[in-house]
Amino acid sequence: MPKAQLFITCLGDQFYTKTLQNMTVLLERLGVELTFPHEQTCCGQPHFNNGFESQAREVARNFLRAFGRSDASIIGPSGSCVSMVKHHYPELFPAGTPEHALAAEIASRTFEFTEYLVNVLKVTDVGAVYPHKVTYHASCHYLRELGLKTEAKTLLNAVKGLEFVPLNEEETCCGFGGAFTVTYPEVSRSMMENKLKNILASGADTVVMCEPGCLMNVAGGLHKTGSNIRAMHIIDLLSSK
Amino acid sequence: MSETPTYIGFEAYTGHIPPSIPSAVQQATARFAVGRAARVSELPQFEQLRQIASDIRLHTIENMDTYLLRFEEKVTAAGGHVHWAATAEDARQIVLQIAREHNVKLAVKSKSMATEEIGLNHALETAGIEALETDLGEYIIQLAGTGPSHIIVPAIHLKKEEIAAIFSEKLGIDAPADPIELTRIAREILREKFLNAEMGVSGANFLIAETGTLVMVTNEGNGRMCTTMPDLHVAVVGIDKIIPDWESLTVFLKLLARSATGQKLSTYTQFITGPRRAEGEFGPKEFHIVLLDNGRSDVLKDPIGREVFKCIRCGACANVCPVYKNVGGFAYGWFISGPIGAIFAPQMLGTPTARELPYASTLCGACADVCPVKIPIPTILRHLRRRVAEGDQIAASTMPAPIAAAAKLSALALAQNWIYRFGARILPPVMALFTRDSWISSAPYPLNRWTKSRPLLAFTAGFRSWWKNRNAK
Repeated sequence: MPKAQLFITCLGDQFYTKTLQNMTVLLERLGVELTFPHEQTCCGQPHFNNGFESQAREVARNFLRAFGRSDASIIGPSGSCVSMVKHHYPELFPAGTPEHALAAEIASRTFEFTEYLVNVLKVTDVGAVYPHKVTYHASCHYLRELGLKTEAKTLLNAVKGLEFVPLNEEETCCGFGGAFTVTYPEVSRSMMENKLKNILASGADTVVMCEPGCLMNVAGGLHKTGSNIRAMHIIDLLSSK
Repeated sequence: MSETPTYIGFEAYTGHIPPSIPSAVQQATARFAVGRAARVSELPQFEQLRQIASDIRLHTIENMDTYLLRFEEKVTAAGGHVHWAATAEDARQIVLQIAREHNVKLAVKSKSMATEEIGLNHALETAGIEALETDLGEYIIQLAGTGPSHIIVPAIHLKKEEIAAIFSEKLGIDAPADPIELTRIAREILREKFLNAEMGVSGANFLIAETGTLVMVTNEGNGRMCTTMPDLHVAVVGIDKIIPDWESLTVFLKLLARSATGQKLSTYTQFITGPRRAEGEFGPKEFHIVLLDNGRSDVLKDPIGREVFKCIRCGACANVCPVYKNVGGFAYGWFISGPIGAIFAPQMLGTPTARELPYASTLCGACADVCPVKIPIPTILRHLRRRVAEGDQIAASTMPAPIAAAAKLSALALAQNWIYRFGARILPPVMALFTRDSWISSAPYPLNRWTKSRPLLAFTAGFRSWWKNRNAK
């Protein structure tokens, strides 16, 4: 029986209770034995991406303590946070130190949710039913840093009743970018509005993605425009019956 | 224009962008990006070529002195004059000196970013010499009195109606909003100037060390006229344009036009080795090249940041950058804009002047995907953010104190999980005060900067207790 630790991410923790519950239920249904290291906080990406590397290192140390106690896989619902652990944790500690070795070892067993399903468990049909017109936004770090180009679509393809419609500029950033939203709010908004324009033009009633950050941005934007289009995390869509 | 800025206020600028700019920029960049993608898909070796190009550039960066000296030797042997300019002021003085010696009254210019960098037009005009841009885009922005807003398409921010208005106003004619007609008007004016200019000024796309050859990649033919019709040709070129040999050039020529405009090759590719050697040959009687350092040697000492000099100025990064496409080139405050500008200006001008630029990106990585020489732009952006936030051997921190303090405090809370968990318990009830129907449409500082653009989801933070209760059963 595969074992895994839930990496809920700080945005998930604060804003996406239901998504995390769905992730737990789904993984358990697929036979994964889950634990939840409650000492986890944030992966440190906000500090790392904004130049505060020493601070990022302190936050990363907490993550290494929280997840280093078990050798089970680590699964998170965010391509961006997973990429932080997978690609940037080893850069934070000098090669040859025990911390670097631990960071590299942890990086090697950290997976984004859809990546874990499709590439580790080899599951593409989770038995979901979602009779809607769905389009997909490819989140930047999920797509480019983790290189996940097909996983989400493979899973969507197996959902009963789902009609997939393409999104123009699918791979263009939605304007989230973490602290970017508050550093340059006007630019972030115009990028988001471009994304919304494409979502509206797609004809979909649901837009799905694999990233809590983008989701907050797009869902907030859709809410503001009064649109009925639902922005969903892929986990929630895959949990629909 | 193109004075060296003392502070680049990206945020201040982006608060008031004329809507015509993103609209014009998005239209044009989309066309280039589609063209690029088509050309790339036709060339199966494209990825391999990118890697070779990147390797050649890195090798050249590491051996720049050797290749520059070889270049100097070859140019001199071909009868040309090489001038070394440590600073922008040195470069301006060198060009002015040459112009005075030849009694130059009119200089025609081919598109050159190095002369934008040193503000040459202004210096020439102050000295009483007319400096006329002859690239159509450059001619337009010179009339408009602005700098370039894109590396290869300087007037990308203008629509044809706006260009017609500029022509009408500045040339005192009634110019129609028709690209062909506007080009014809410019062409007529410029033709006259080419015939009368005493000096032609150009930049270069590449300098080939092997033979001392200057390479120009252009589309309009004006570059050829600037460098062959006047008796005097002065080129101003950054030292980073050096490449080892002709074999390397073949790699870059395969990548440049494809990445820039979606052409297989530009209309003109011109090779200039010294002045003309015999009567009856094409070319000027005298050839000068000013090799511009202007801080590049210092940047070359930074093993991460120096990869910016791999750049071959194709503009592909800007064409795919969602930030650039929404703000246009002027937001970057200097002559090179887009993602490459965001890593160029902070290094060339220093982070005290350009500390906002490394943050002018969502780190989406689209730029690095298309860069023909594989500059790791997001990595360099993070490197420069580190310089701004924490300071490094090159510059002390320039982060405003309140932000630095907030970063330190938040890290303290996130590194000690009991503080985080305590915070996670008090945040939802506090934020509930601002929440209506699961949304927060107006949050207190600093989240008000989020909510001014879109509402924020309610803080639920319910997973931990759910997990605890369910496993207690």
